[in-house]
Amino acid sequence: MDLAQIVQYCLAGITAGSVYAIVAIGFNIIYNTTGIINFAQGEFLIVGAMTAISLSGIMPLPAAILLAVAVTTLLGGIIERVFIRPARDASVLRLVVITIGVSIVIREAMLHVWDEKVRSLPYFSGTSLSTVTLLGAHISVQVLWVLGVSAVIVAGLTLFFRYTLTGRAMRACADDRMAASLCGVNVPRMVTLSFMLSAAIGALAGCVISPLTQTQYDMGAPLAIKGFTVAILGGLGNSMAAVAAGLLLGLLEALMVSQFQVAYKEAVSIVVLLLVLVFRPSGLFTRKELGTLRAA
Amino acid sequence: MAEPLLATRHLHRFFGGLCAVKDVNLEVPRGVIKAVIGPNGAGKTTLFNLIAGTIAPHKGEVLFEGRPITAWKPHAIAGLGIARTFQTTRLFGHMTVLENVMVGRHPRTRCGFLAGMLDLPQAWREERESKAKALAILEDMGLREYAHQQASYLPFGRQRLVEFARALATEPALLLLDEPAAGLNIYETRELAGLILRICERGVTCLVVDHDMSLVMDISDEVFVLDQGRKIAEGPPRQIQRDPEVIRVYLGDDCAPDPQS
Amino acid sequence: MRFARYLPVIAAAALVVLLQVALSAADATYYMTQLTMSTYYVLVVIGLCLLMGYAGQVSLGHAGFFAIGGYTSAVLTTCNLVAWRDTAVIGGCRSLGLVVERQDLYGHTILCFSAWPAFFAAMLAAGLIAVLIGLPVIRLKGHYLAMATLGFGLIIYRIVLGAKWFGQADGISNVPPFPLFAGLQVNGRPAFRVENYYIAWTVVLAAMVLAINLVHSRVGRALRSIHQDEEAAHSLGVNTYRYKVCTFVFSALLAAAGGVLLTHYNGSIGPSEATVLKSVRYVAIVAVGGMGNLWGVLLMGMLLNFLSLRGVFGTYDDAVFGGILIGIMLFAPQGLLRAPAWRRVLHWLPGRRHG
Repeated sequence: MDLAQIVQYCLAGITAGSVYAIVAIGFNIIYNTTGIINFAQGEFLIVGAMTAISLSGIMPLPAAILLAVAVTTLLGGIIERVFIRPARDASVLRLVVITIGVSIVIREAMLHVWDEKVRSLPYFSGTSLSTVTLLGAHISVQVLWVLGVSAVIVAGLTLFFRYTLTGRAMRACADDRMAASLCGVNVPRMVTLSFMLSAAIGALAGCVISPLTQTQYDMGAPLAIKGFTVAILGGLGNSMAAVAAGLLLGLLEALMVSQFQVAYKEAVSIVVLLLVLVFRPSGLFTRKELGTLRAA
Repeated sequence: MAEPLLATRHLHRFFGGLCAVKDVNLEVPRGVIKAVIGPNGAGKTTLFNLIAGTIAPHKGEVLFEGRPITAWKPHAIAGLGIARTFQTTRLFGHMTVLENVMVGRHPRTRCGFLAGMLDLPQAWREERESKAKALAILEDMGLREYAHQQASYLPFGRQRLVEFARALATEPALLLLDEPAAGLNIYETRELAGLILRICERGVTCLVVDHDMSLVMDISDEVFVLDQGRKIAEGPPRQIQRDPEVIRVYLGDDCAPDPQS
Repeated sequence: MRFARYLPVIAAAALVVLLQVALSAADATYYMTQLTMSTYYVLVVIGLCLLMGYAGQVSLGHAGFFAIGGYTSAVLTTCNLVAWRDTAVIGGCRSLGLVVERQDLYGHTILCFSAWPAFFAAMLAAGLIAVLIGLPVIRLKGHYLAMATLGFGLIIYRIVLGAKWFGQADGISNVPPFPLFAGLQVNGRPAFRVENYYIAWTVVLAAMVLAINLVHSRVGRALRSIHQDEEAAHSLGVNTYRYKVCTFVFSALLAAAGGVLLTHYNGSIGPSEATVLKSVRYVAIVAVGGMGNLWGVLLMGMLLNFLSLRGVFGTYDDAVFGGILIGIMLFAPQGLLRAPAWRRVLHWLPGRRHG
């Protein structure tokens, strides 16, 4: 393989990886505030993209995307209020099962609203043929959009959690709900906010990746699995590590595709998931002693 | 001197940077009631968990009847004849009192999946025997009337007793009691003291961790005092009460030994 | 009285017979096909009920074991070994009766494994894989276990969908009937409807008897104790790890058996039997039937599968099961039949002590 091909594969891997990382960060945000894994995370990307696609027919693209993100954010909030909050005292497992049920219901709803056709958003700048040349490789401009938007999301979240009051309040909930609530933090509201935030970044990621991968109603679940794999790989709750882990998984997949058949690409993430769960559930980037995370 | 039933040698356990148990050499002779006391944070429960197999030591070993059982899994330790109770009563809430005690018969019974599924005669016999033994224990502790009630419905003091009964059902040689008097009033504590003495008379060696001094002083043959993970005193209760180091640790430097003891 | 625990079995058997007589009289025996199919699906949820309700372990990949059973049996009974007919191995198998000749769809003579060896091979495969997966995975808890089993189910799905051996998207068809004994066979054709209805119910009721016995035995008690307080159970001598793995393997075997029998009944199997949605469906049935409630699970399994097979849910099939999961977890986590309003109605039934 020459340099151009290597760059091509690497960039494909990094692009996919950054989307996985966004999904993983969405998992982490909710996990950090509530301790539950939201299986419906993947659906946020698809709902966002599908909504934007429908809206782009009647308004300019940026407005469509913005509105789609807003709608999905609202959906995230509604999901939390209707399905999660009533079961707030339930065991973690029950909540996980509820989110699985929610993801199925959303999926089926999407099937009925949008049918099973594959659609996509138009390319953000230029057309499907616009490319940039990098080290001999031709890459779509959309790839730059994906990387750019992902970077902005990660940077934005980092700033949010570190420097804003709300962000710090959410981190407080993650550490100790009782203590946070005693300090005046409105914990239930933070929980709703975490769902809304995850939905928002999910929707944004879904929109930006849509021109490249197309969007279909049932793509949410595989994305959720990969996102979860990345989240665990980096260490559940650790968003910086999620970025690294996401890129790692993306590159591994690209490697698989370049050496073997495309069909095995899906297998990579599942095998990685199982390996991590069995051998190092605390993640690659955390110290082994934190294996107490096992007793969820 | 006869070999102690239980012995720990140079036991160490760290939690992060904190040394919870430091070079502890504890010996429990057969047939005695030995108490482990110490201020909060002294490492008593950690020591307990190290012996019971819930956690593994970083250094040192635990010997039962001379054989090393360091870092053995809890179920294997129970099979050997070491039973334990917990600081907070951990009954199987949705099961009846009788069923709870019957779980205690587990290490002394054998029928597995196949025998259970096919309902083989040896399974029936074993079940009948387990039930009879469990009822006998309940009778002995005055809990017979509660046998078919759901465990979580019992008043707290009775739940404590059921946990005892359950531990006794394993026919232990050594019983580890983790703060058995916690949450009991003085009448219940006195009843408990009588119960522990009776158990010991039947040949079960007891190792008790507790804060309740009246209980400890009343029933123990020997007392082992821990402070910050280290042993600071060991001996009969009267001697411990007068030990200046023990007094200092519990009451502070200003206190003179209590002349009444 | 010990035999009180079997009363529901007798009652169920009576109902089964009654139903058959009624359907035959009303000339509506075609319902029996879906009833029989539902019964085989119920085998899966019985095992899952033991795993989730008694041992307290979740599995989102049980459709994988169903598929392992079905596909293994399908492959072995439809693969053509004619090319190897003269080798020692195949020759030996032929003389033992493991490999037989039969006519395929086009009238050609093919050589393949007969149904019984295929059945044992399928159970062995499922058992081995369950041990392989169970040993590392059962140590995990909560959502980690859920994800690991989900991952396992997905891998099985990908394998059956992608491998040529398993027919890829079309699955395997022309699976021959399964001859049992005394002329009985597992066969989906209309002429055998009544016979197969009883075969299916015999299998399921036998499984129920085994499960009921297990639940009332020392092991069942140990499993319940693990579910309620694992650490306490452990300290009482219960080898929690081994029991959880054994229960996992047993439930996998039941699922595989269901897979084998249904495949022979339908004459085919496809990748749709291995999807995550199917696994979720099984979990939903156990949840709505009541986690530790074998009879509740059997009832709900029959009901929901039958309705689904008859198409009552239409295109909302999966949504219904998803909705059921949410609804039950939110409003009746102990199962529909244990919701307070029902309790008063049902508490006089025997053999319902376990919770």
